[in-house]
Amino acid sequence: MTANGNENESVRTVSVVRHYRLGRSIIPAVDGVSLAAGRGEFIALLGASGSGKSTLLNLIAGLDRPDSGAIVAEGSDLATMTSEQLAQYRRLVVGMVFQSFNLVPTMTLYENVELPMRFAEVRRRERRARVQEALDRVGLSDRVKHRPSEISGGEQQRAALARALVNRPKILLADEPTGNLDSRTGTEIMDLIRELNRTLEMTVIMVTHERSLAERYANRLVFLGDGKLVGELENTRLEKIGAVR
Amino acid sequence: MRAYDLIELAGRNLREAGLRNSLTTLGIGVGVASLVAMLSLGIGLQKLATRQLGRSGLFDTIVVTSRQDSRGPRFGQSAPVVGQAKPLDDAARHSFEQIANVAEVYPNFSAVGDVRLETATGDGHFTVVGTLPPSAHTSEAFDDVQGSFFSSPNAQEAIILADFGRQLLDQPPEPRNSDVKLTSDQANQLLGKYLLVRYHEREAATDTDSHSAQVAQAAKKKAQQPDPDDLDDSDDSQSSEDTPTFNLVPRQIKLKIVGIVASEPNRGFRQGRTPLFLPLALAESLNMVQAGELWNTLRPSAAKTYIALMVRVAKNKAVPQVEDDIKKQGFSTFSIVDASKGITRFFKFLDLFLVIFGSMALAVASLGIVNTLVMAILERRREIGIMKALGASDGDVKRIFFFEAGSMGILGGMLGAGLGWMIGRIINLGTNIWLQRQEFRPENFWYVPWWLVIAALVFSVLVSLSAGLYPASRAARLDPVQALRHD
Repeated sequence: MTANGNENESVRTVSVVRHYRLGRSIIPAVDGVSLAAGRGEFIALLGASGSGKSTLLNLIAGLDRPDSGAIVAEGSDLATMTSEQLAQYRRLVVGMVFQSFNLVPTMTLYENVELPMRFAEVRRRERRARVQEALDRVGLSDRVKHRPSEISGGEQQRAALARALVNRPKILLADEPTGNLDSRTGTEIMDLIRELNRTLEMTVIMVTHERSLAERYANRLVFLGDGKLVGELENTRLEKIGAVR
Repeated sequence: MRAYDLIELAGRNLREAGLRNSLTTLGIGVGVASLVAMLSLGIGLQKLATRQLGRSGLFDTIVVTSRQDSRGPRFGQSAPVVGQAKPLDDAARHSFEQIANVAEVYPNFSAVGDVRLETATGDGHFTVVGTLPPSAHTSEAFDDVQGSFFSSPNAQEAIILADFGRQLLDQPPEPRNSDVKLTSDQANQLLGKYLLVRYHEREAATDTDSHSAQVAQAAKKKAQQPDPDDLDDSDDSQSSEDTPTFNLVPRQIKLKIVGIVASEPNRGFRQGRTPLFLPLALAESLNMVQAGELWNTLRPSAAKTYIALMVRVAKNKAVPQVEDDIKKQGFSTFSIVDASKGITRFFKFLDLFLVIFGSMALAVASLGIVNTLVMAILERRREIGIMKALGASDGDVKRIFFFEAGSMGILGGMLGAGLGWMIGRIINLGTNIWLQRQEFRPENFWYVPWWLVIAALVFSVLVSLSAGLYPASRAARLDPVQALRHD
């Protein structure tokens, strides 16, 4: 289900270029990538390390700005946004999970999940219910007072997922979400992401270097190499096993 | 971000690095303390000086003389203008009392007497007798009085100088410093004892006076005697009848010694050394002949006049205005208010220097804030990246750091104000112990006004916030992609 019409389109990148300067040489991390993701689609960005997949994800996340090209997410071009608008985009439109979880170690799970709502200025009364709901959804409702160091890696990533969805974003961006987890826990996390993708109709863009994982969960595989888009593949296998919607 | 979220986040950050932030806050506290301590010393010294000068009676007293009085050169007044001169009498005294800000008007009283202890035999001591108005008990001389001030404004009591006390007890005078207190033993020999003071009362002369010494009339009669047949004789005798004269009646009074002071109270503009003081009202009621009263024999004034009146002004600042008012009434005045202006200027400079030195410590402390916050950025690099990824704007991050700096400023300021006050108390205490060992009177030269506390707090917050400017903007500019890069 690729996006043809604008109303069904969640994210579109148009000839996005992002160069990094390293000493005297310029490294083209992302070099003219055009990509479109429809609403509710689950896209896996695949490629070797240094292929530019994480850079592309950061550009879509609004953490970085492209040198040229356009990134249109939910109808707005990120390249033309002010930094305040970008921050607002990050807090309301996208949710992010990382390989290293990136929970604040000094905060309890409750506080970690509450954090995005502080920036979104959600009223305090509402926060408690939303934190509870998000932690329920990832199965951590009994761990609210624990600190990240007191729980397992899988639980940490689940908490990070709860944090990513607490502001009810339309897009979930995941950067190697199972990279630091064993395969069983990784599968649990991926199942959870797929469930969010389906029940909440969130567009998921996931960076991974594990093709098997991508084939199992994503409905489209996008291959990057040296910053360029080198291939795209509809996941027919997924259709075969009846997992596609 | 809402205010309470900002406070909570900044607060937890401060708590997380508790020791480091406490030390930084302590540094600010020490800086503020040094500023408060320095300034309160300056202010305290100024207050002490003003208090001392105020009590010396030099800066709030105006000397008023009649323009008839040719004592001009001594008090720096212009030549007498006889034509329009007004007498310095009770009416004038009363009119001065009515002027705004005038606390007290009293004559510059100076009589002579022969004084001896009631129990002593032989000749008395011929000495100047002065008076003290009721306000004189605030004079610094009474800070370590042996005994007390007069019990009432016209009590038959006397206050003597310690030096005179030694004379009365036939002790040798102190060779170097006459302002040395009596020993308690010597004081006990004098306090409560009675002095016999022989003086002359001024009594209006009447023709029927026969028992008293008619000095003035006798002198005039003597002047008439050489050429009784002279043509001018009738004129002369006519004028002698018109000129008010007075008799000097020898009197004796018994005065109880109630107080002994080391230095002259209300020294002010008094001339010479006055070793014995009576209550002003008592001396006036006794009608004692004053040393300078010979004027009255030559002056055509029926009423009692004063040689000089001391006008004591309630507020130092009001002196020029009161002086002008008195001049307009036709009298000569003298004050040294300009000298007090110079002293104020000196203290302004002193305060400025103390502020500069005090601020140096605060400047060093502000570097501590910069250091602590820059360290915090390095430490919380990832956390800042996370916050930005979760939607924190640059402004949010900046405000968190700014708030942390401000909190350290407020806490440091409060700590410093308290610490400065304590340092002040301790130094004051220590110095007073030292002063007492050196046999000086303890003084309170430390003063922390409330405005200084508030100013120190505000200054501390301002310094802290400006110290937070650089770290806050650096944190806000942090690239989240770099900050979140895998370790």
